[in-house]
Amino acid sequence: MTIAEMNFFQRMIYIIQDYGGSLLKGAATTMVIAIVCTLLGCVIGFAVGLVQTIEPHKKDGIIRRGILRVVKFILTAYVEVFRGTPMMLQAAFIYYGTSQLFGINLGMWSAAIIIVSINTGAYMAETVRGGILSVDPGQKEGARAIGMSQPQTMLLVVLPQALRNIMPQIGNNLIINIKDTCVLSIIGTVELFFTFRSISGALYMYFEAATVTMIIYFVLTFVCSRLLRWAESKMDGPSNFDLATTDTLAFTSGLTRYDSKKGGTH
Amino acid sequence: MDEILRIEHLVKTFGTNEVLKDIDFTVSKGDVISIIGASGSGKSTLLRCINMLEDATGGRILYHGKDILAGEVDEDRYRTKVGMVFQSFNLFNNFSVLDNCIVGQTHVLKRKKDEAEAKAMEYLSKVGMSQYIKAKPRQLSGGQKQRVAIARALAMDPEVLLFDEPTSALDPEMVGEVLDVMKSLAEGGMTMLVVTHEMAFARDVSNRVIYMADGRIEEEGSPREIFYSPKSPRTKDFLSRFTSNK
Ligand SMILES: Nc1ncnc2c1ncn2[C@@H]1O[C@H](COP(=O)(O)OP(=O)(O)OP(=O)(O)O)[C@@H](O)[C@H]1O
Ligand SMILES: [Mg+2]
Repeated sequence: MTIAEMNFFQRMIYIIQDYGGSLLKGAATTMVIAIVCTLLGCVIGFAVGLVQTIEPHKKDGIIRRGILRVVKFILTAYVEVFRGTPMMLQAAFIYYGTSQLFGINLGMWSAAIIIVSINTGAYMAETVRGGILSVDPGQKEGARAIGMSQPQTMLLVVLPQALRNIMPQIGNNLIINIKDTCVLSIIGTVELFFTFRSISGALYMYFEAATVTMIIYFVLTFVCSRLLRWAESKMDGPSNFDLATTDTLAFTSGLTRYDSKKGGTH
Repeated sequence: MDEILRIEHLVKTFGTNEVLKDIDFTVSKGDVISIIGASGSGKSTLLRCINMLEDATGGRILYHGKDILAGEVDEDRYRTKVGMVFQSFNLFNNFSVLDNCIVGQTHVLKRKKDEAEAKAMEYLSKVGMSQYIKAKPRQLSGGQKQRVAIARALAMDPEVLLFDEPTSALDPEMVGEVLDVMKSLAEGGMTMLVVTHEMAFARDVSNRVIYMADGRIEEEGSPREIFYSPKSPRTKDFLSRFTSNK
C-alpha cells in the first residue's frame, strides 16, 4: 500500500511506526526543558520576588537604601522586558547576540535552558511577589514576636505559605512551558514541535502529523496537571489528624483517629 | 520590687495623628496589669510599641534598665523575653500545633529538638491542648487556637507576656476556656500585660488596672480603686457605659 492509498488512521499509524522514536525523543527533550526551566524559573522568581518585597530597614543608611532601589529597578526592568516581548525573539536575541557580540557559542541545550528559565523567572517573579503579599501579615508578626529574625521569618513561615499559595501558578507555568518550548525550534532545538515539522516536511502528511503531535502534547500536559493537583493535596496534609489519647509526654503511644470534617473540634 | 519594664514618656505618632502621648508606667515581676479603654484609645499601639512591632516615635522603653529603643538590647533576643499573644492568634498555618511550639525554640533559642519538644508538650498540657499536637491550626476552633498561641509564647520562657484582646475574636462560649488559662498563668506568677474588654478579668485577676483615653493614661490603680472609686470622671463614665452596655 502506498502512502497515497492510506486513510487517515493508517497514515497516523505509519507515522508512529516510522517516527515513533523521534517523536518520543522530541517529547523527552520538551519535557526535560520544560521541567528544568520551570524549576530554575522558580528559583529565579523566588529570588527576584523576594528582593522586590524587601522594605528598607528603618536603621538602614542612605547607601543601603540607594543600592536596594537600584537593584529593584534593574529587577523590575528584567521582569517587564521579558514579559513584554515574545520568547521566540528573546531566543533569537540571546542565541545570536551572544555569538555575535561576545563570540560565545551557546550550545543548543544551554541556550534553550537559559532562555526558557529567565523567561519563566520573569513571570514567576510577579507570581511570587503576589504570593508573598497574600500571606496574612499576622503570620510575620507572630514570627517576629517570638524573636525570629527577618530571614528566619521569611524562610520558615512566609515562603512556605507563599509557595503553597502559588502552586497552581507554578503548575500553569509548567504547562505553558511544555507548549512554549516549540518556539525554540527557531534556534534549532530538536524538541517535539521541531520533530513534527521534520516529519510533516518529509512525508507531506501535515494533518496526520499534527494530530499525532497534538495528542502527545495533550497527554504530557494532562498528566502533569494531574500530578500537580496531587502534589498540592499532599502539601495540604490530611484533612484528619490523630488525637493523642494520653495527656502525658508519651505522645507517640495510643492514637485515635479524629475527623475534623465531622466538626469534632467544637 | 523586681522591675522588668519601665516605659518613660512614650510617644507614638502615625503621620500627624498622635496616638500615644507621654505614657509612663512600670511593669514589675509578677504584675498582672490590665489595660482598659475605649476603642481607638491606643491600647494595641502601646503593646505593639513595647514589643517593637511598631517603632515608638519618642520616649524610652527600659528593659532591666537598658533602653531598647536606643538599641541597647538585641531586638530579636528582647522579643523572646517579651512574648505576645494576638487577638487573631497568628499561629503559623504551615506548621502543626506541636511544631508551632517548637520552631521558635529550636531556631531562635537554639534548643535541642527533644528538649524543645518536651517543653512544648509541657505547655500544651498546661493549656489543655496536648491531645491536638498533630492538628494544623485550620483544624482548630478559635479558643483552641488561642490556647496553642499561649503555649507557643510560654515555650520561649518569656519574662513578660503581652496579650492584645486575646478573647475578642472568639465566640462567647470559648472566651471562658482562654480566660481560665490566663487566670492560672497569673496565679502561677507569670508577669502579664493584658489589653482586655473583659472587665471581670481586669477586676478579679489583675493587681493593677490602667485606664487609657485618647492616647494617655487617664487613671492607674488597683482594681478596687479603678472599679469602685475611680477618681477621674472619664473613668467613671467609661465604666458605667461599659457595664450598662453589657
Ligand atoms: N498602622 C497605623 N497607621 C495609622 N494609624 C493607626 C495605625 N494603627 C493604629 N492607628 C490609629 O491609632 C489609634 C489607636 O489605635 P489602637 O489600635 O492602638 O487602638 P485600640 O485602643 O487598640 O482600639 P481597639 O479597642 O479598637 O483595639 C487609632 O486612631 C488608629 O486609627
Ligand atoms: Mg486594639
